[in-house]
Amino acid sequence: MIEARELTKRYGDKTVVDNLSFTVRPGEVTGFLGPNGAGKSTTMRMIVGLDAPTRGAVTVNGRSYARHAAPLHEIGTLLEARSVHPGRSAFRHLMALAHTHGIPRRRVDEVIELAGLTSVAGKRVGAFSLGMGQRLGIASALLGDPAIVMLDEPVNGLDPEGVRWVRNLLRSLADEGRAVMLSSHLMSETALIADHLVIIGRGRLLADTTVDDFTREAGGGGVKVVTAETARLRSLLAAPDVTISSSSAEELLVTGRDAREIGTVAVQHGVPLYELTPQAVSLETAFMELTHDVVEYQSAPADTERKAA
Amino acid sequence: MPATALRRRRAGLSAAPEPTTSPARYKVTGVRVLRSEWGKFWSLRSSWITLGVAVFVLVLFGAIASSTYSPDAVATGGPPGPGAGGDSDAVSLALTGVSFAQLAVGVLGVLLAAGEYGTGMIRSTLAAVPRRLPVLWAKAAVIGPVALVLATLGALAAFQLGTPGLDGERIALSLGDDGVLRSLAGAGVYLGLVAVFGVALGVLLRNSAGAIAALVGILLILPGLASLLPDSWYDTLSPYFPSNAGSAVYALHEASDALSPGAGLAVFAGWVALALAGAAVRLVRTDA
Repeated sequence: MIEARELTKRYGDKTVVDNLSFTVRPGEVTGFLGPNGAGKSTTMRMIVGLDAPTRGAVTVNGRSYARHAAPLHEIGTLLEARSVHPGRSAFRHLMALAHTHGIPRRRVDEVIELAGLTSVAGKRVGAFSLGMGQRLGIASALLGDPAIVMLDEPVNGLDPEGVRWVRNLLRSLADEGRAVMLSSHLMSETALIADHLVIIGRGRLLADTTVDDFTREAGGGGVKVVTAETARLRSLLAAPDVTISSSSAEELLVTGRDAREIGTVAVQHGVPLYELTPQAVSLETAFMELTHDVVEYQSAPADTERKAA
Repeated sequence: MPATALRRRRAGLSAAPEPTTSPARYKVTGVRVLRSEWGKFWSLRSSWITLGVAVFVLVLFGAIASSTYSPDAVATGGPPGPGAGGDSDAVSLALTGVSFAQLAVGVLGVLLAAGEYGTGMIRSTLAAVPRRLPVLWAKAAVIGPVALVLATLGALAAFQLGTPGLDGERIALSLGDDGVLRSLAGAGVYLGLVAVFGVALGVLLRNSAGAIAALVGILLILPGLASLLPDSWYDTLSPYFPSNAGSAVYALHEASDALSPGAGLAVFAGWVALALAGAAVRLVRTDA
C-alpha cells in the first residue's frame, strides 16, 4: 500500500507536485494518469526516496521507503528514464541489485525468464532496443518479489505482444494481492488495465476515482432522439433530473434518461422514433476535457495556425 | 495487508513465480552492498581497461626510467614527477610512473561513482539501498584495496624490472635495502587513496568530466598554481598540498622541505577523508 499525504515538491519557485494525496491499495491496479509534465515521475521518485518532498509525506507499506530492511521486497520500481549502466549485461545488472538484498542467483534467472530476456541476458544493455530495456526494467521491478509494483510508462516502446504481456502480468500481480501502480498519459490504454484511477495535472489531484465510475460519467453525453413529435416526447420525459435540448425541429438531446428508458416511454405512448442514439463520449475525450486546463504544452488549434502562417 | 496473508495468496502463481528461497531473508546489509559494488566494478569493461592502463604505465615508465638511467644525464625518463629530480635513487626511478598512474587510478574512481549518475544507474542503486551512505563506503572499500594491491604489485614489478638496468650503478638498490619495500608499498597506498579520492569527487560532482578536471586540478595543477603565493606562505603550505603530502608517502629519502612518510600519509588521508565527508553530505542531502 502506498499512501501519499499532501505531497508537495518545488524546484525553485516551480511547484511540480502540489498537495497531492492518494492511496494505492493491494489487489488493485491503480492507473496514475496525467499529461506530460504533470508530475507523475516526480511523485514516483518521491515514493522510492530518490527525491525528498518539500512538504508532506509518502509511506510504502506504512513506513517511509528508506526505513525498510529490504526495500526491493516492499516495492519494485520501473522508472521512466533508463536506470541501467549500458556497459553491463542484463544479468550482471540484475545480479548487482540482487546482491544488495541477498537475493539468490536462482531468482535472477527466474525474472530473466519471466521477462523473456533469456537469449539476451549476457548482452550489454547498451545494445538493447527500447522494448528490451523496458522488459529489463520490469524484470528488476519483480526481482525482490515485491508487495507493490510501481511502473512508470511500462508499455513505452513495447510491441503489441509486449503490451499484452504487460497487461496480463499486471492483472495477475494484482490478482495475487499485490498493489500495482502504473503511470501513463494515455487514458484508453490505462482503462484496459486499471481498476482505480488517480488523475493529476500540474501536480494537483484532478480525480481519484474508479475506471467504472469514470466511464459512467464519461458516458453522460446524453441520448440523441429523432422523432416527428418532439413536443409530445418532451412533456412525456419531463422530470426534475432530465434536461432536454434541441438543435433542430425533429431532434432532441436528452440527458438523465438512458436510451432504454426513452424507448420504453415512447412505445408506451405510441410515439414513433426514427433514431435513438446514446452520445457516448470516449474516455480519451473525457480525460482531455478533465486535463485541458492543465496541459503544459498546448498545441494551438489548427485554424489559428493557418491564419498565423 | 499482513505479510503472511499476502504470501498465502501468492501461492501457485504463474506470472511471478514464487522465489525458491524465502524472501523473508532478503535484507540489505553492509556486506551485501559491498558484494554488489564488487560485482559492479568487475562487470564493466572500462574498469579493466583503466586499471590495466594504470598498472601498465606504472611498470613501463619505471622500468624504462631505470634502464635508461645514466649518472651524467639526470632524470631522463619522462617529466620530473614527484620523486624524480636532481638526486635520483633506484626507488624514485622505479616510481616514475606514479604521476601518470595516479591519473588513471583517480579516473577509475571517478568513473565508478560519476558514471552511475551519467547513465542513470544511480537510480537503481539508490532504490535498492535507499540509505545511500553504504553505497559510498562500499565503492571506496572496493576500489581502494583493489588499486592498493595492484599498484603495490606494479611498483614491485617496476623496481625488479629496473634493477638489471642499474646493475653496477652507484644508486643501485635491492628490495632488502633499508626503506625500499616501505617506499614501494607507500606508492601502492598512495594510489589506493587516490582511487578513493576519485570516488569522492565523482559522488560530490556527479559528473565524470567535472570530477576528472577537479582531480587533475587538485593533484597536478594546484602545486604549480600555489607557487604564485608569497614565498614564506608557499614554503609553509606546500608540504600539505594533497599531491606533495602524497609523494612524501613513497619517497625513499625524506626531502628537507617535505613531510615524513607517516605525516604525509596522515595529511593525504585527511584530504581524502574531507572529500569523502563532502561526498557523503551531498549524497544524503541532494535528490538523486
